[in-house]
Amino acid sequence: MPRKFTPKVVTANRLLEGDAVWLTAEGRWTPDMREAELLDEEAHAELRLLTAQSDAATVVGPYLADAVAGAQGPEPTHFRETFRTRGPSNYAHGKQVEL
Amino acid sequence: MYHYNDFDRAFVQERVNQFRGQVERRIDGSLTEDEFRPLRLMNGLYLQLHAYMLRVAIPYGTLNSDQMRTLALLAEKWDRGYGHFTTRQNIQYNWPALRDVPEMLQALADVGLHAIQTSGNTIRNVTADHFAGAAADEIADPRPVAELLRQWSTDHPEFQFLPRKFKIAVTGAAHDRAVIQAHDIGIQIVKNAHGEIGYKLLVGGGLGRTPMIGKVIEEFVSQDDLLPYCEAIVAAYNLLGRRDNKYKARIKITVFENGLEAFRDAVNEQFARTKPAFSGVDVKLFEEIRAQFAPPAWRNAPLKAYDDAYAADALFRSWADTNLTAHRAEGYAIVSVSLKKHGETPGDATAEQMRVLADLADLYGHNELRISHEQNVILPHVHKSDLPKLHAKLREHGLATANIGLVSDIIACPGMDYCALATARSIPVAQQIALRFEELKLEHDVGPLKIKISGCINACGHHHVGHIGILGLDRAGVENYQVTLGGSGDETASIGERAGPGFSAEEIVPAVERLVLGYLDLRSSPDETFLAAYRRLGPAPFKSVLYPEQEAKRERADAA
Repeated sequence: MPRKFTPKVVTANRLLEGDAVWLTAEGRWTPDMREAELLDEEAHAELRLLTAQSDAATVVGPYLADAVAGAQGPEPTHFRETFRTRGPSNYAHGKQVEL
Repeated sequence: MYHYNDFDRAFVQERVNQFRGQVERRIDGSLTEDEFRPLRLMNGLYLQLHAYMLRVAIPYGTLNSDQMRTLALLAEKWDRGYGHFTTRQNIQYNWPALRDVPEMLQALADVGLHAIQTSGNTIRNVTADHFAGAAADEIADPRPVAELLRQWSTDHPEFQFLPRKFKIAVTGAAHDRAVIQAHDIGIQIVKNAHGEIGYKLLVGGGLGRTPMIGKVIEEFVSQDDLLPYCEAIVAAYNLLGRRDNKYKARIKITVFENGLEAFRDAVNEQFARTKPAFSGVDVKLFEEIRAQFAPPAWRNAPLKAYDDAYAADALFRSWADTNLTAHRAEGYAIVSVSLKKHGETPGDATAEQMRVLADLADLYGHNELRISHEQNVILPHVHKSDLPKLHAKLREHGLATANIGLVSDIIACPGMDYCALATARSIPVAQQIALRFEELKLEHDVGPLKIKISGCINACGHHHVGHIGILGLDRAGVENYQVTLGGSGDETASIGERAGPGFSAEEIVPAVERLVLGYLDLRSSPDETFLAAYRRLGPAPFKSVLYPEQEAKRERADAA
């Protein structure tokens, strides 16, 4: 049996800055994951990923990452994605201080 | 030290110009990412979790002070004020913006540095003993060989698309500080029965998911044959190496699957072709390079300042006992500057620290610096009378930690704090272990102990050859740390054995503490190191202290 689809967000790194960004429902790339569009239908998720892939002038390597609905918007489910929303743990650099 | 000639300068400048054009074409859309990616990787530019990362080669870990100042400039002007020195004697910048990278490469080119072949399936930066040219125990300086190999391998047309990356390390001493047995080719300078200098060559060592110790392919290769023989090895690998599966593409698998004998035959077949093609220009070139590595003019001076400080100042004495190594020249010492201050990130230096080190190299160090694969900075030639002044300056800048070779002198890869390949974090584990042992005030009693941490199976943190190795993995969506014991990266190299089930992020530091405290009880005397005790006793008593619940269960079962 195919695995049940779990909600996703589209994420990538920005071409110029290289930082992590997420795709919003309006088709904008945001550095704040909570503004991302939470995709709970597989067909729609694939479509959004295709849209993202066509935006090669803005981002690099878009992919679908697992997420869940949180109080302020989508939240990551895996620690790797959590780190991408935050930055490194050894310095106060990246999104933990920039957002 | 080697200085770029006109050819080197023109070549590196041309690559900077090319890359500038490539970046422009990617930004204006004329290059797709698929087209651009291999081009940026050829120039050391990766895309990581939070940003781009630029990996700059430091050939055989040797820098002059102007080059160090340029590394500081890059950190300050185009990054976030620091750089990360790696286990391959490189430096990585974690935050460059794509548009700035050509300028960074230009600044590097201006002082004879580049990022070429710091990625991709090519021959990477050739590494060497970080005490090269200074160590009391070396037969010859390995750096002229490493420089010859650098010139030969850079842009070598036959070796730009090898089955997989290729790493070479050179040592000039029998005591191996360059981990040559864990390299694709390991080179040891040796003397034969006639007193002639030549090279013992090893192949097929490597860490990563299939760790292997290198095997001796030739006991003695003469100077005349060195380059043709290395070319024959890489050519044989280029043909025989697997391209169907990237996990089986390194030369260690080629040698393992074909057998050393068959691989040696293939190399000899290639050698019959390569040897006549080398006209002897390589030997002439080697002599020219070697002349550039002539030792500096040693100074004769009284040692009173050193002796007085050693007698009077406990901090200085502790640092001198821990961070100095015997130098070949009378009155000199090799200074290892620790980039492992307790709680800091292993291998990181701020721009200011880099400048201070450059200034100290100018003042007291014959203008030379080294980066060790253990992620520290070396001032290879310091007269002992200058050490008190040097130490005082290091202290002002957080660079006087007296922990070289001790528990807190931990190798750690960037791990999942930065690296896109990582499966768990390494840096916080290293920071916490160091802080814990600082708290216990035990590390000088514990003595030599190498802890090495990798954040994934690719083993950039050399965990397989750590006396205690730690491998960070993702177990069902949670960071988990596996412990290996008894590894070693020196001339007695061995691959550490997995101790048992992994530990959570909360459990790993107490687990290491149990191990180290357990060792103190197990050792036969304070002179028996952790590794020696492990080799004498085997894993069982170490596992007992690492897994006390299992041990308790076993005891209960025995009693029943």
